[in-house]
Amino acid sequence: MTIQDIQSEIIDEFSMFDDWMQRYEYMIDLGKSMPLINDQYKTEDNLIKGCQSRVWVYAEMKDDNVIFTADSDAIITKGIIAIIIRVFSNQHPKDIIKADTNFIDEIGLKEHLSPTRANGLVSMIKQIKLYALAYQTQLN
Amino acid sequence: MKSTIQHIAFNVEEIRKDFPILSRKVNGNPLVYFDNAATSQTPQVVIDAIVNYYSSINANIHRGVHSLSQEATDAYEQARQKIQTHFNAKHSHEIILTSGTTHGINLVAHGFSSLLQQGDEIIVSALEHHSNIVPWQMLCEQTGAILKVIPMNQEGELVISDYDNLLSEKTKLVFVNHISNALGTINPIKEIINKAHNVGAAVLIDGAQSCPHLKPDVQALDVDFYVASAHKMCGPTGVGVLYGKSSWLNKLPPYQGGGEMIAEVTFKKTTYADLPHKFEAGTPNICGVIAFGVAIDYINSIGFDNIAAYENELLNHATKNLLEIEGLKIYGTSRNKTSVISFNIEGIHPYDIGSIVDKLGIAVRTGHHCAQPIMDFYNIPGTVRASFSFYNTLEEIDVLVDAVKKAKLMLS
Repeated sequence: MTIQDIQSEIIDEFSMFDDWMQRYEYMIDLGKSMPLINDQYKTEDNLIKGCQSRVWVYAEMKDDNVIFTADSDAIITKGIIAIIIRVFSNQHPKDIIKADTNFIDEIGLKEHLSPTRANGLVSMIKQIKLYALAYQTQLN
Repeated sequence: MKSTIQHIAFNVEEIRKDFPILSRKVNGNPLVYFDNAATSQTPQVVIDAIVNYYSSINANIHRGVHSLSQEATDAYEQARQKIQTHFNAKHSHEIILTSGTTHGINLVAHGFSSLLQQGDEIIVSALEHHSNIVPWQMLCEQTGAILKVIPMNQEGELVISDYDNLLSEKTKLVFVNHISNALGTINPIKEIINKAHNVGAAVLIDGAQSCPHLKPDVQALDVDFYVASAHKMCGPTGVGVLYGKSSWLNKLPPYQGGGEMIAEVTFKKTTYADLPHKFEAGTPNICGVIAFGVAIDYINSIGFDNIAAYENELLNHATKNLLEIEGLKIYGTSRNKTSVISFNIEGIHPYDIGSIVDKLGIAVRTGHHCAQPIMDFYNIPGTVRASFSFYNTLEEIDVLVDAVKKAKLMLS
């Protein structure tokens, strides 16, 4: 599936929720259920320090696609990470570089990507793009 | 219609009418504003003062011959006098108008860079906001002075016996907050000041968190420097005060160069203006200072005794009801504390609680509250902090308690 297809699929899923509580409960479930990163990669090097929550991101290449794994100490942040990873992981670097994150607004989670939240998510998306850029350079 | 300051007896429902923002909704719910330690809300009289300044007396101060400039200057200097009276400073020139507490601290730290020598010691407390740590660390890097730290205990109080051991003839300066922003602990500043003076050290007290709750008397405290921010005490942002004893302010070099702070300028040599102008380079926040004066009148019209008694009631109600939630732990349990509750629920990240209660219209702060050393001491990533003001109600605290219960249910 393309990044665009996955984003549309997520928007469809979220459109079924009637209110914020259902959206949050879904994210909390995602945050609780997914083992998102191998513990050996939860290192200082892979850590993004936000004032509010901490985020770890690890990237590796597999068959010309970038595989992302990530984690957070806050469960709502982790739920959003699960959604971001679903969109960007296992995609070709050039597709990751050009993709936008507008779908986050559309599913009603915009406030978590505000820089004032300082929860590490904005930096995480930057980091994902930087990894993609670095791998794209290698492929060239 | 112009609002006026008129409070006969403490009536929270009447007081709430003074604050237009308190009637708005957030995320579809009535706003419950419990982030007062970050900034206080603004009463209509202060908003009116800001509007009035720009509608009728806006002019640059001190240098103008024209009437408007004179009016603006008078209003500005009257505000300084109100601030002087409020803090009970001996002279109005001991009141330096700043952009806020951080500015005041940096001004004093900069001044001490020419007074400290390698090996001199300066003392901070473990309970400080980063703004009362970092400028001093920069000062140490510049001068070779050594930073010592008064430790804290589990209750969130300073260990004064350890402070005694840190003091020596090498100690030149002690800087401590009056009240901790993260925990609400009221520090024994009179004792801290006296002990510092016994070894000849100067003391700066960070009053950012105390000034909304109590009225410091700088002469009775015999403090050398006291700093505060207007926006924590119903005034506007971007304005603050540095009180300094004349003897100290005269010793410190100017912080910034520019207009207003000079006596005479030639390319050979510039001489500086007298206090307070020596430290007020450039056009100040004239409107903000005037509005700060009005905020001081407003808060005094409610009365600090009333405020303390009522906020204590809010604190006790919140403490009792929050502690009934299983797994909830309060950080900062000193008997001597103000209306701030920092807490966590076992196994739940503060960011998650903050995100959910925000959806319910409640403004609390989460994170390390710019006091990372305190979080490191407790070995936690941060806390949820609810801080109450005299315009909050017991019913709002019940809304918070219910919201925290709901968040716990969702997140467990």
